Amino acid sequence: MDFELTEDQRMIQRMARDFAQKEVLPHVAEWEENEALPREIFRQMGEMGFFALPFPEEVGGLGAGYLSYVLAVEEISRVSASLGISYAAHVSIGTFPIHLFGSPEQKDRWLGPLLRGEFLAAFGLTEPNAGSDAGATETTAVFRDGEWVLNGTKCFITNANLAGVVVATAVTDPGRGSRGISSFIVPTDAPGFSVGKKYAKLGLKASDTAELIFEDCRLPADALLGERNAGLRQFLTALDGGRISIAALSVGIAQACLDASLPYAKTRVQFGRPISSFQAVQFKLADMAMETELARLMTYKAAWLKDSGRPFSREAAMAKLYASEVSVRAALQAVQIHGGYGYMEEYPVERYLRDAKLMEIGEGTSEIHRLVIARSLGC
Amino acid sequence: MCMKQVPETTEVKIDQAQNRVDTGGLTRIINPYDTYALEEAIRIKENSGATVTVVSMGPDEVDQSLREALAMGADEAVRLSDPAFEGSDPLATAYILARGIEKLGDYDLIICGRQAMDGSSGNVGPGVAEELGLPQVTFVRKIEELKEGYIRLQRMTDDGYEVLEGPLPMLITVVKEINEPRLASLKGLMKAKRVTIPVWGLSDLGADPSRVGPSGSPTVVAKVAPPPPRSGGEIIEGTPEEQVKTLVAKLKAQKVL
Repeated sequence: MDFELTEDQRMIQRMARDFAQKEVLPHVAEWEENEALPREIFRQMGEMGFFALPFPEEVGGLGAGYLSYVLAVEEISRVSASLGISYAAHVSIGTFPIHLFGSPEQKDRWLGPLLRGEFLAAFGLTEPNAGSDAGATETTAVFRDGEWVLNGTKCFITNANLAGVVVATAVTDPGRGSRGISSFIVPTDAPGFSVGKKYAKLGLKASDTAELIFEDCRLPADALLGERNAGLRQFLTALDGGRISIAALSVGIAQACLDASLPYAKTRVQFGRPISSFQAVQFKLADMAMETELARLMTYKAAWLKDSGRPFSREAAMAKLYASEVSVRAALQAVQIHGGYGYMEEYPVERYLRDAKLMEIGEGTSEIHRLVIARSLGC
Repeated sequence: MCMKQVPETTEVKIDQAQNRVDTGGLTRIINPYDTYALEEAIRIKENSGATVTVVSMGPDEVDQSLREALAMGADEAVRLSDPAFEGSDPLATAYILARGIEKLGDYDLIICGRQAMDGSSGNVGPGVAEELGLPQVTFVRKIEELKEGYIRLQRMTDDGYEVLEGPLPMLITVVKEINEPRLASLKGLMKAKRVTIPVWGLSDLGADPSRVGPSGSPTVVAKVAPPPPRSGGEIIEGTPEEQVKTLVAKLKAQKVL
């Protein structure tokens, strides 16, 4: 057993940390205020190789493995969870389905620009009436006159306005329930495709979240991703990887909570002593440090299993569920340690709390994850 | 370009028994001053099509920093390493680097950081120039013009800068005002992984054994100690006007003003 990161992984971690400190941190407040991320940051990340990290060299990737990518997501999210979720959604659930299930032609067309960051990818699964119950998808795709015609609406889609391509699910065989769903590669300039209004959100305000609207959206026959009616299996696979990235995002937020709280507790003086000398505060910090480390270990283990080509669904679910709940607990305690200041926008911890809450909801709620784990036990 | 790997300074400990910085268990990074030298070299390469070779002396771990330099945009890297080099002072180090650069051959400009973050002697760059019999300019803050056989640059001084010109080849040491170093890219790193970094020892360099390691190092370090912890200051209270008055009075009492 070896808990050491490799030399490459350590360097990737350090480079991501440097990038986050130099290129992200100075702009975080502005981005959150504007409720938007500039395209420039994605171009920069693409140029540096952030998006190419986990993909093999044959498709223009860096072949650095999923764990390396997870380290990068963690470091970016430690500084900006909004950028972290945009990054994770682009790579894990936007680009990976095309890499895993695309035809050689589809990969040729899309992976290059996506890995270079020329534009982002989005993943269109969730609908107003199909959240946890993705089998209840109502968007339809009908094959007519040599074309696919899509109709329906997707909601809460990360990167909607930044995307050049969307992987979206639609019902192709209405009689077959969740076995009648297929995935499509939709260029965002396809006729009949549009992006709806941007949501006003509790947290992750700079991340781009909007509706996708398909109104007689016409796509060529080769827009179908992989096999017809294989949509369910495809998105479950994509979400398995996605969950590890949300776990990494959560670890990044939890670490940021500790990063902010520890120096604060050491310098904030009450009753003539730094509050870090009080056990009530020490215990909170100890719990934050312990839980963050445990969440990180499980996240890395899930990524390591994936890199080793072994089954990782259950571990990914455990990592996502545990890390997301840790991030919310850590953020609550961080606000508590900061007291009145923690409630003010002047300190970053109120943002951490607002950002963390989504971790328990996106890419499968905590409740769904407990079900996934229970099923994996044979329940 | 000459590079040194140094420990991350926020965690430096001093080995009092050995009278040197204890480098065990520390994160190792490229000497921050050298990143400015490297950035300047890469910019020259981008503008002129030059080739950038990074030379460093040190053990296996140094390869990691050399790869980082390659990931930033250097073309080649060479490591100078030999058990005999252990314990080299700035003079011996300059001698070894000069032999390495000589072996590389064809060079126009040698760029060094002004000093290393750990040893901070600032002697190695000038020493290399002396060994190679090259003109040198230290504390360069800007290269104004660079062309075949000619360089014009600004040298930082305490109260301004001097404009100097001279022939190539030349050695310069640079200050942090010269540029803003780029971040190494992940892409560059993965490419750099595959580069084989040649390691040249004493015999490869044809170096004189009496000029390396302890025998080539006249420097004797009498004592190394951490600086005394800063003694508690005094915080002056009151309105800004009152604070200024109190401060001026105190400075006068101390005969600073």
